[in-house]
Amino acid sequence: MNNAVVCTGVEKWFGQDETRTQVLRQLDLSIEMGELAMLVGPSGCGKTTLISVITGLLDPTAGTVDVLGKRPHEMAHRDQILFRRENIGFVFQQFNLLPALTAAENVAVPLFVAGWERRQAVEKASELLNVLGMGDRTRSLPSQLSGGQQQRVALARAVIHEPRLVVCDEPTSALDAKAGMKVMELLAEVSVRPDRAVIVVTHDSRVFEFADTIAHMEDGRITHVEQSQGSRVALAAH
Amino acid sequence: MSIEIVKTDHEPKALRTSPGARVGFKFFNTRNAMNWVALQMLTGDRAKYLGLIFTIAFSSFLIAQQISIFAGIMNRTRSQILDVPDADVWVMDPATQYFDEVYSLKDSDVDRVRGVPGVRWAVRMFKGQPRAKAPDGRFRVAILLGLDDATLAGAPEKRKMLLGSIESLRDPEAVIIDQAGYHFFFPGQPLALGKTFEMNDHRAKVVGIVDASAPFTTFPVFYSRYSEALSFVGRERKLLSFVLVKARAGEHVPELTRRIQAATGLRAMTGDQFGWMTIMYYIRNTGIPVNFGLTVLIALIVGTVVAGQTFYIFTIENLKQFGALKAIGTTNGRLVGMILLQATVVGLIGYAVGMGLTAGFFSVTSHRDATRGIVLLWQVMAGSGAVVMFIVLVASLLSIRRVLVLESAIVFRG
Repeated sequence: MNNAVVCTGVEKWFGQDETRTQVLRQLDLSIEMGELAMLVGPSGCGKTTLISVITGLLDPTAGTVDVLGKRPHEMAHRDQILFRRENIGFVFQQFNLLPALTAAENVAVPLFVAGWERRQAVEKASELLNVLGMGDRTRSLPSQLSGGQQQRVALARAVIHEPRLVVCDEPTSALDAKAGMKVMELLAEVSVRPDRAVIVVTHDSRVFEFADTIAHMEDGRITHVEQSQGSRVALAAH
Repeated sequence: MSIEIVKTDHEPKALRTSPGARVGFKFFNTRNAMNWVALQMLTGDRAKYLGLIFTIAFSSFLIAQQISIFAGIMNRTRSQILDVPDADVWVMDPATQYFDEVYSLKDSDVDRVRGVPGVRWAVRMFKGQPRAKAPDGRFRVAILLGLDDATLAGAPEKRKMLLGSIESLRDPEAVIIDQAGYHFFFPGQPLALGKTFEMNDHRAKVVGIVDASAPFTTFPVFYSRYSEALSFVGRERKLLSFVLVKARAGEHVPELTRRIQAATGLRAMTGDQFGWMTIMYYIRNTGIPVNFGLTVLIALIVGTVVAGQTFYIFTIENLKQFGALKAIGTTNGRLVGMILLQATVVGLIGYAVGMGLTAGFFSVTSHRDATRGIVLLWQVMAGSGAVVMFIVLVASLLSIRRVLVLESAIVFRG
């Protein structure tokens, strides 16, 4: 399977009657496995709605969304949840770490959800944090970490269960330039694999160099798509 | 440089437990890691966690304490009935509605009751309220119970006698006083026999001190012979208060009460029935149940509202985290389970603290004469537990609803 995501004629409407608003308009997009694809566009163009639809958090009003060969919007609700649990990892703009859990415990949450034993899950999470250069902060609470460190924890959480699709929503917007670049480097190092696709929603042009594909969105449509070898080239440069 | 995440052989072993783990930790170390996460989320917000526990503890304390005091006070209305261990049936005038106000019988009514088949013995009992005055001038209206001269039937159990003996009532002018009454008349003095009183201007001598059940009105309780009691209170045309009856061996007591009623036209009932009739009189004819009931209701409402509000705020403040959990793949059922677990834990801890406070309160007050005998009943504990469950359930419902309708896409909003 080459294509991780294929959107065909996707539409998404919100509201009813006079307040009915179309956010996605006959959108077509295709992302391949092994790619780091960026979705860029001005605020309100529908980027967040698109990734919500791709990840199954929202159903499209029309059109089809094929994710890893399946159509989440045609699944039963519980199957959608299980599909997301096994196949998709998330990096949120606001990190959304659980404040009462340590860094390692936060990273282990997807394993907890999957039914892992707590101790084993936290061990694996600690190993991953060590790989990401945070081996000395595994027991720190999110409040004790800097923004960049928190985002690294979020990144580790997104990949701990080895998903085949990683979705990042504005992963650098809450960070300064240096921290943001570092997170993108780690994202590219850790996430990009032949059997995995990464989608990054961003309007931060500084990180475009990491992209293999840049899909420009405007007013609910993909206006054009740029191709490059960004993730591999940028990684080598840094 | 490339970094590889090496696939490990750590497969989910949801049912494996750590060797030597205690049962409690086993709960959190196996498939219930999400339960552990729920509790960490709860205890991580210390202010709300302690606030919830305090709210539930205070509510359950207030509810249990008020109900216990109410039950204790109501039980006191039948104290003198409970303190009569040897009678199966109480016979009284049909106009008598409760123990404290007695319409007198004729002396001949004793013989009429004795003539009913199935009666082993029937004796007189007097109940009156003379004025008792100590040598130093202290006086109280007292409850005076006059026991059958020949048998002293109706006396308290021997094990309740603290000093002296029931038999000493056969002495002239002899009375037995309850311990609380003794402390009132002779404060600070050790228990001793031989003290004298004026009972309606008649001399009475203490020949015994008994640990009688606390009466409703907190009057001192005196026991004397029936004839002695009549001399204390002065003659009236009718002075007989009750006829105490013992059934023959093997007799069906309820059937005997019906037979006595049919034969004599008097009211006959078991001690238990008479006790409950007295309690119900006070419940129907006083504001006591309304007063206590109102306090309990307020405690219930306030507890539910405050706990519900605190829990809801806790959920709202963690909405993004719940959204993230949903996005990551936590089912609604699991989230509901987490919230219910959080609510149950604060409910259990709050309940335990509340019951501890209540038990502590009564252990302190039970040593005081005015509040003796009022205890935390197991039925009240069970009822309070049910109330706490209700509070916890209602408090968590709003939160559950909020999480169930939560759109996972909320996590993508900044």
